[in-house]
Amino acid sequence: MSIRHALLALLSEGPKYGLQLRQEFEVRTGEVWPLNVGQVYTTLRRLERDGLVESDDAADEGPHKSFRITEEGEDELAVWLRTPPDFSSPPRDELVIKVLVALGLPGVDVHEVVQVHRRYLVELMQQWTRLKEDESRFDLNFALVVDAELFRLDSLIRWLDMADGRLKRAAVEGDAPVPQAFPLPRSRRKVGVKP
Amino acid sequence: MSYLELRDVSRVYGEGAAEVHALRRIELSVDAGSLVAVMGASGSGKSTLLTIAGSLEDPSSGEVYVGGRPLSSFSRNGKARLRRQSIGYVFQDYNLLAGLSAVENVSLPLELDGVAARKAQAAALEALEDFGLSDRASSYPDQLSGGERQRVAIARAVVGGRELLLADEPSGALDSTNAEAVMRLILAACHRGLAAVVVTHDAQLASWADRVVFLRDGRIVDQTLPVESPDALLAELPNQ
Repeated sequence: MSIRHALLALLSEGPKYGLQLRQEFEVRTGEVWPLNVGQVYTTLRRLERDGLVESDDAADEGPHKSFRITEEGEDELAVWLRTPPDFSSPPRDELVIKVLVALGLPGVDVHEVVQVHRRYLVELMQQWTRLKEDESRFDLNFALVVDAELFRLDSLIRWLDMADGRLKRAAVEGDAPVPQAFPLPRSRRKVGVKP
Repeated sequence: MSYLELRDVSRVYGEGAAEVHALRRIELSVDAGSLVAVMGASGSGKSTLLTIAGSLEDPSSGEVYVGGRPLSSFSRNGKARLRRQSIGYVFQDYNLLAGLSAVENVSLPLELDGVAARKAQAAALEALEDFGLSDRASSYPDQLSGGERQRVAIARAVVGGRELLLADEPSGALDSTNAEAVMRLILAACHRGLAAVVVTHDAQLASWADRVVFLRDGRIVDQTLPVESPDALLAELPNQ
């Protein structure tokens, strides 16, 4: 999450004070990501230094100093909104590493390892879903944040289910379920183990 | 108090070398007012568990208790009556009768159970209203969206004060928004005192449950702990 660009987005609606920006940031992110006021002012100073925002009085550092976005700031925001995050290289994924390591270890039932993680992830999803049940706190912004977390956890469980199925088939077909038995292209070997 | 209990339930199909153990020594209890999800891959025994819990099939061994009474003590007709009066079923493909309107589909189980047509229709209209479908009461299934059809199917499953709801992948054919709406309705029915079991491979669906039971090769291999307060999740989020 880029606080810098989130503040630019809020200022694109019109001039605002620092405290107002902090409050609106928290409301827009479903009050899930708290932001301290020091971070707001530090970020605003950098934005001002870079010419992306300007204030009505450069000397006044008080809470009533108002900021507005510049034309350069509007351009920066437009580019950022349309620039996809970098998903091109797989992240270091501890879950993937643990399952791959479990595959090669004698005396370890990899299905049991998979199930431990599956249960934990489902328990986390149950907690996030409880937040949905309480519709009094369930505004649109909060809903989008909770949905994003639920889909992220769900994708991990789907990967575990797929891994479980693959391992089961491999056992039935008599393939040794160890990584060496399935040489992967060099680029794929980096999956989940990038430092 | 448990409304549904499976005690040491096993189900075996075939004999000798062709023997298939669909369920092995299942222990499961579902309290009135609670929602239990059974998660597992295809072929893990989820649907068999549901048909045995709903008295549509007998276990090879073990006993199923519904409302405290063992199903083995019921005659064939007694089980049929129990299904009509106390158990509602929801399936992935809705199973609505194409030639009947929404309200007729919902009132049908009551009428089959001997409730007068006018009274059955009033109860059906009330159930449809609870599910936000009163303006669709006269529509036929092919005039309804997938989400509306499943809401009608749930209304049919709970109408008449049934106490147990059994759902097999109830949102499998729906998009995420409609799937969530279906789970909200099932949960609302549980909050009114219904006991419910949902079998699914979908974690998003299962996460609405009070407890999730994991089935693998016909065995319960694990289950979730009681759901912790979500407030801890929010408190632990890092300050960005």
